[in-house]
Amino acid sequence: MEAIIARSLSKTYRSGKSQTHALKGIDLDIQEGELFGLVGPDGAGKTTLIRILVSLILPDQGTASVGGLDVVRNFGLLRQQIGYVPGRFSLYQDLTVHENLHFFASVFGVNAEEQYGLVREIYKYLEPFRDRKAGQLSGGMKQKLALSCALIHRPSVLFLDEPTTGVDAVSRREFWVLLSQLRNQGMTIFVSTPYMDEAARCDRVGLIQEGRLLRIDPPTAIVRDFPLTLYALSTDLMSRVKPDLASCAEVLSAFAFGANYHLTFQTSAGPQACVRMLEQKGHTNIRLEVIQPGIEDCFMYFMKGS
Amino acid sequence: MKGIPVIRANELTRKFGAFVAVDRISFEVHPGELFGFLGANGAGKTTAMRMLSGLIRPTSGTASVLGYDVYRQSEAIKRSIGYMSQRFSLYEDLTIMENIRFYGGIYGLDSRLLAHRADEMLRQLDLELQRDQLVRSLPTGWRQKLAFAVAILHRPRLVFLDEPTGGVDPIVRREFWEWILNYVALGNTVFATTHYMDEAEYCSRLSVMVDGRLAAIGSPSELRRQYGVHDMEELFLNLATSSFT
Amino acid sequence: MPTKLARIAFGAFIQKEWKHIFRDRKTILILFGMPLVQILIFGFALSNEVKHARIAVFDQSNDSFSQELVKRLDASRHFDVVARLNHPSEVQEAFQAGEIRLVVVIPPGFENALHAFHRAPLQLLADGSDPNLGTTVVHYAASIVAASQEDLLGQQSLPYGFETELRMMFNPQLEAAYNFVPGVMAMILLLICAMMTSVAIVREKENGNMEVLLVSPVKPLWIILAKTIPYLVLSTANICSILLLSYFVLDVPVRGSVPLLIGGSLIFTVTALSLGMFVSSIAHTQTVAMFGTLVGLFLPSLMFSDFMFPVDNMPEPLRLISYILPSRWYFYIVKSVMIKGLGLAGIWKELLILSGMTLVLLLVSIRKFDNRLAL
Repeated sequence: MEAIIARSLSKTYRSGKSQTHALKGIDLDIQEGELFGLVGPDGAGKTTLIRILVSLILPDQGTASVGGLDVVRNFGLLRQQIGYVPGRFSLYQDLTVHENLHFFASVFGVNAEEQYGLVREIYKYLEPFRDRKAGQLSGGMKQKLALSCALIHRPSVLFLDEPTTGVDAVSRREFWVLLSQLRNQGMTIFVSTPYMDEAARCDRVGLIQEGRLLRIDPPTAIVRDFPLTLYALSTDLMSRVKPDLASCAEVLSAFAFGANYHLTFQTSAGPQACVRMLEQKGHTNIRLEVIQPGIEDCFMYFMKGS
Repeated sequence: MKGIPVIRANELTRKFGAFVAVDRISFEVHPGELFGFLGANGAGKTTAMRMLSGLIRPTSGTASVLGYDVYRQSEAIKRSIGYMSQRFSLYEDLTIMENIRFYGGIYGLDSRLLAHRADEMLRQLDLELQRDQLVRSLPTGWRQKLAFAVAILHRPRLVFLDEPTGGVDPIVRREFWEWILNYVALGNTVFATTHYMDEAEYCSRLSVMVDGRLAAIGSPSELRRQYGVHDMEELFLNLATSSFT
Repeated sequence: MPTKLARIAFGAFIQKEWKHIFRDRKTILILFGMPLVQILIFGFALSNEVKHARIAVFDQSNDSFSQELVKRLDASRHFDVVARLNHPSEVQEAFQAGEIRLVVVIPPGFENALHAFHRAPLQLLADGSDPNLGTTVVHYAASIVAASQEDLLGQQSLPYGFETELRMMFNPQLEAAYNFVPGVMAMILLLICAMMTSVAIVREKENGNMEVLLVSPVKPLWIILAKTIPYLVLSTANICSILLLSYFVLDVPVRGSVPLLIGGSLIFTVTALSLGMFVSSIAHTQTVAMFGTLVGLFLPSLMFSDFMFPVDNMPEPLRLISYILPSRWYFYIVKSVMIKGLGLAGIWKELLILSGMTLVLLLVSIRKFDNRLAL
């Protein structure tokens, strides 16, 4: 059964003369118990889509429902069944960890102690800081507290808007482990992120760019559908690679990826021609090997295609 | 070509009450380097960067930036460096040109030079037609590129970048780093923080801060060898995770 | 609305709001310190009441009546008789020395004239270089003289040769604090209820808390109402402390009924709270909320409530402004009950106007509250 359904959702923001088309016809079906990742850069429309789904803003066109409840007409019931962690840290900075949790339990009319079982896994990280003010927590801890507060009333669908933005790599990893655990308990999770590498941790991913969904598929399928052969290149003269590749007509795309360049070629003769050219230009220790594309490679490919 | 260090920190320390945010860090950054400054949230990166850019006074230790002392010459430091952060850089309710004029004014560029550099910059960014548009109307990626261009309007020899590419789309993110590498290639120095570990690989040298101390420092290849890791993400996870528990 | 859930949530909100208030030392200082300081500043320092003004007496009559008059002037806390003059030329000198505010000239045969004609000339010479001060000093002296006349001659006496209509009704000694206390009460309630609530509500918007709360099952209206409760309680406490302070420290009497006074104040508190809610439904940042209440509410109230400047002397358009200001009506109610000692019969019209305004404001601000994000 579908936990979230969206049909041709559109939203335009107007301010004065200018208008921004934040969403341009979004269609989406998310199954119950799915961990769904909405992946895209800032300004792609992630926040707008989430805010429509949690009934905070109204779509201009299209319909959407969460747990069978329409986001426009049934927003009262819907709000009781969802949990929401907004992009900005939105807990009370001057209240302690413990007080925040209790407050949100009361807002949802539940008893924090009774619900403790549900958030124990997450809250155990926070237990040592229970009397510290929320404003004094580190970025990763703040997000864990926000997650605990959003879970305290046992929502059936959880929405998280960029929970890992600005959070360091270690805390991000921990946070995703927690989300997987929640998914394993049967919760439907809708999470947005600008970090492409996090997509691999989702059951299915929606790649979003400029208000349109480029693809909705499991990460493995997205990677499988990358239609070209991808190569990783490294030489001893990395700083010269980019300008030198520009003179090689065979190269279709070249993007820096950490210590390597990821390349695609027009034809199967491309790789050889490219290595020869680089040798002529004085590069040594040239390594060019076929690799599996990642989500980021795919995103850039689909982005250019659209 | 090493020359006089652009940044030289010796036992630099900053305490907030009993809490030691930065604990005796010592390092040097040389001209023409792209220096990566990594660390978990709360490891002390921001505090260290603020001391080096003259925003807060160290508790103890010494440091010089572009030859100026961080205790006595913080005004001279602020005049000579460039600074860009993801959180705040441009005024969204001003137009592109108004932002450029404002920042040019802050750094005392005369109007002829400012007009010249603005034209050059807008041409490079391909934003000549949008010069009178509000910054708010630009896509994030463009905004970040513009912010960097504005930060180097006065051609500082040292630029601090605080998470410059957060949330930027992957193509623009790469264009952005190409810009930075070009600026470094001119002999300038860039000191940058980031949460994207692949970006750490672009650095000529980098350091990892853990709990206020410098846990590792070196070029990416040196660090790979030294710690037996494949990439900077693995290095970071190893170092930062060992500090938890 | 599921009532049990609503009750728990409502309670949690109020509790949380108390914590916000009590955790921030500056807020507490403003909430409790401000009324205290304002009352004392207005009551003592800023008051236009004159105390211990140095005066001189040129008593040419020197009979029992004139001596009694001088004694009374000296006994008043407004005046100190510091010099006795013996020659008309000394009057000029006394003023020029700059230390004398007023010279009382009593002509020869003062008492005789009074008995014979029921009229006696008496000259009050004030330093006109500070006209305000001069007028005030003359008024004080005149009222003391008038009072002495009643005491010494009894009711049958005719008016003296100077304007007895200068006598101020209900406030014969022109006590400044009488006017300031009701004014300060209106201002304090406006500041605490309108400004503090609007800032507190907008803070939730600005910090993104509202986003989470809106998505919860709690109705936005309850969120807002819950926010106002602590301020309602605080304001009531402040009204009481102001009344106690003015009664015991400033010697301002409460002539009318205290319950009526408190009741009127509660109505005005709700007015101010709904004004605060109204501002917060428009403002998106704390700065806007703060300046909105200060410039849009506080300043006009200060100027047009009859408290600083008499409204009757204002041109017609400005007087109209004063009619739409709730604080003007509240000021009138407090003044009437506290100082004139009027009962419900004397102020029912004003109470009705104030209640009507409150009802309209409350309805408008509640309607303006959206259950979605305004973008």
